[in-house]
Amino acid sequence: MIHTPQTDGVVPARLNSETLDAQFDDLYPDLDPHEARVAADRCYFCYDAPCITACPTDIDIPLFIRQIQTGMPDAAARTILSQNILGSMCARVCPTETLCEGACVRQTAEGNPVEIGRLQRYATDQLLLVNEHPFERAAETGKQIAVIGAGPAGLACAHRLAMQGHDVTILDSRAKPGGLNEYGIAAYKAANGIAQAEVDWLLGIGGIQIETGRTLGADVSLDDLQNQYDAVFLGMGLGGVNALTIPGADLDGVRDAVDFIAELRQTSDLSTLPIGRHVVVIGGGMTAVDAAVQSRLLGAEHVSIVYRRGREAMSASEYELDHAATEGVQIITEAMPVAIHGDGAASQVEFAYTRSGPNGLEKTGQTFVLKADQVFKAIGQTLHGAPAQLEIDGGKIAISSVGRTSIAGIWAGGDCAAGGEDLTVTAVQQGRDAAEDIHASLTGAAG
Amino acid sequence: MANLTSNFVGIKSPNPYWLASAPPTDKAYNVVRAFQAGWGGVVWKTLGEAGPPVVNVNGPRYGAIWGADRRLLGLNNIELITDRPLEVNLQEIKQVKRDWPDRAMVVSLMVPCNEAAWKAILPLVEETGADGIELNCGCPHGMSERGMGAAVGQNPDLIEQITRWCKQSTRMPVIVKLTPNITDVRGPAEAAKRGGADAVSLINTINSITSVNLDNFAPEPTIDGKGAHGGYCGPAVKPIALNMVAEIARSAETAGLPISGIGGVTTWRDAAEFLALGAGNVQVCTAAMTYGFGIIKELNAGLSLWMDQKGLTSVDQVVGRAVPNLSDWQHLNLNYVTKAKINQDLCIQCGRCYAACEDTSHQAIAMSDAREFTVKDDECVACNLCVNVCPVEDCITMDRMEPGTVDPRTGTTVPAEHGDWTKHPNNPMASAAE
Repeated sequence: MIHTPQTDGVVPARLNSETLDAQFDDLYPDLDPHEARVAADRCYFCYDAPCITACPTDIDIPLFIRQIQTGMPDAAARTILSQNILGSMCARVCPTETLCEGACVRQTAEGNPVEIGRLQRYATDQLLLVNEHPFERAAETGKQIAVIGAGPAGLACAHRLAMQGHDVTILDSRAKPGGLNEYGIAAYKAANGIAQAEVDWLLGIGGIQIETGRTLGADVSLDDLQNQYDAVFLGMGLGGVNALTIPGADLDGVRDAVDFIAELRQTSDLSTLPIGRHVVVIGGGMTAVDAAVQSRLLGAEHVSIVYRRGREAMSASEYELDHAATEGVQIITEAMPVAIHGDGAASQVEFAYTRSGPNGLEKTGQTFVLKADQVFKAIGQTLHGAPAQLEIDGGKIAISSVGRTSIAGIWAGGDCAAGGEDLTVTAVQQGRDAAEDIHASLTGAAG
Repeated sequence: MANLTSNFVGIKSPNPYWLASAPPTDKAYNVVRAFQAGWGGVVWKTLGEAGPPVVNVNGPRYGAIWGADRRLLGLNNIELITDRPLEVNLQEIKQVKRDWPDRAMVVSLMVPCNEAAWKAILPLVEETGADGIELNCGCPHGMSERGMGAAVGQNPDLIEQITRWCKQSTRMPVIVKLTPNITDVRGPAEAAKRGGADAVSLINTINSITSVNLDNFAPEPTIDGKGAHGGYCGPAVKPIALNMVAEIARSAETAGLPISGIGGVTTWRDAAEFLALGAGNVQVCTAAMTYGFGIIKELNAGLSLWMDQKGLTSVDQVVGRAVPNLSDWQHLNLNYVTKAKINQDLCIQCGRCYAACEDTSHQAIAMSDAREFTVKDDECVACNLCVNVCPVEDCITMDRMEPGTVDPRTGTTVPAEHGDWTKHPNNPMASAAE
């Protein structure tokens, strides 16, 4: 440790390596078998259970919990993975409090739901750790399918297609597969290389090839893909970011939160990452929270999230916001940045308080200033590099309920497609369902 | 404050809780700890005849059933009677009784089924100053293979015989401990009474195999790859014990025969229930083995407070209080008509009542698209299954239909008067009787 949280500027190693490793370790350790049985025993095995309805991938939650309860976590894992092949990461990153656990009748009864997320993780991790792949491929069909993007949507689509006997090639512009699970989620939610372990395990089905460093539009065109493959699935996510157009946005120390998060995830030595003494994160979503919390964990003395609307409008979940507050992040709402000041490098951000007026958000006239030697922009991601011929809906690729785009033979899903909620679990569902529709289309089983 | 002192067949103790004949009462060290903790009395672990003592297995002697959080629900054992020399036990009994004169000291006995064997041991026990003896006619494992324990308890003639031998040879009250491993417990109880028993105690443990190890396919507890059936006890056996106690309490042949109630007594409430069904006191074992002797504080405090709340001043006022309400099925009032009612404010929409009723019962619960569950009075037979599977206490209740109203299920008016099977038109015996 050469610096402290009180060192001015943007510097690495504010905390020693042991502290950093501990800070970024698993947020919640796995349940042990006894804890899992006790947690599982709380499930009422509801009729037509509300948690299943609340799960975008329709996992039979009471069934898998009962399987844990009877000492069969492997069977539980099969139940989960047959619906959601990325069940292990989803168990870590799903906003369960608004999905399955939010619908749990014990939430209604006592404000304390069955720990579905942790139980799902308990079950799926067992299978992942022994790297046992429980699914088998159907007889080969000879069909070739291209999948763009090795994120949750692409991987879920590819796995289901491979299961149906098709050959899949995934193209991804990054160096590693996994998408946001690998690059876009706080490290403590995916500790111990779980994202890559899950991808490796998923590929155990066979029939899937991944070509990294290949970008649609730059390295290969949609026409090429259509000529070479029997079907195409687009799951490239949101590659662009919204720009911050205020004076000073180009000063040193101002950067996109997604880049910071990706760099943090890929580093092998957390003590090499420079972080400010005073960090300001602009935005109100999960990216803002992940950037802010990890700034604190790296040793930043003061970290604030500033969001232009009220707390209720923040897309980060209440659970995540509470977690941020617990980690010492200050959350300021109803304030928008008007300028970043500094001499070459950022030193402070000027904000204007806001309120909703007749013509939308308006400034109240009051302003304030936050010290900031580092500013992270987390004001939203955008579709980038989508083929021009596709119909766009609200900034995303328009799709039908089974993922068909406006062009025959091309499907899409995940964050790049309209209709999802920018959640891993909805991406998995869209990828899976598109795969089933592709399979039906290619084998003539379509209705 | 309620008076918890107990006088059971002349044996006095400061409260109605005795430790049952079992490992907790095998030696002075344990018994003294129990008395220090506040237990009213003990039944010393069964003594055998003089000579080389029995030996126990050297592998595990207990097996168990647990709830999800390892709450022990049932325990099974294959331990035999005391494996310590007779003279050591007798010496310790004498010393402990001398040191704790206000506590009940009953000695459990099991010797071969001949008059000489019983007559030989009785003076030795009498000499200790013990307050009474309990004849172990119930131990279901090991000793029963040698013609003792449950092998005697399953033969009413033998029960009568050894009871008589003992009554003829001792001043001490004789309590006969009965096995539940029979078809009708009243037979053995009547035999004990005929033999002159002062009381019966029940139940001893139930023949059981707690589980099977699915890796080596051996019953638990497993001794070198094999297992033998054991005796089951603990909370799981309480309903069986309650019924057997009540059967003896309400039988004309055994009415008035004092009963020491045993079987899964874990809390003051369990004890109160045994007393209400006719037990004069209770014996406890598994609860003490699970939680230690400290539970006696809860047993005493709970019973005392409950008695105060009910205006009951002595244990005798509790004993048998529920016996008159125990009836044969044929006398139950068929004109008592109830319907399940679901309190929508308490309902958490789990749908367990619906699954239970729709899948396994009478299709008497409706489910709306909004997951509102309501009872169909025209289908509800008042079975109570929904109440029992509902995870929320008091959410579903059984509400009585007022006499004079029409039961929508049968279309008939609910009569005000009692009507049972003995008078029911469908009963061929009913018309024959008239």
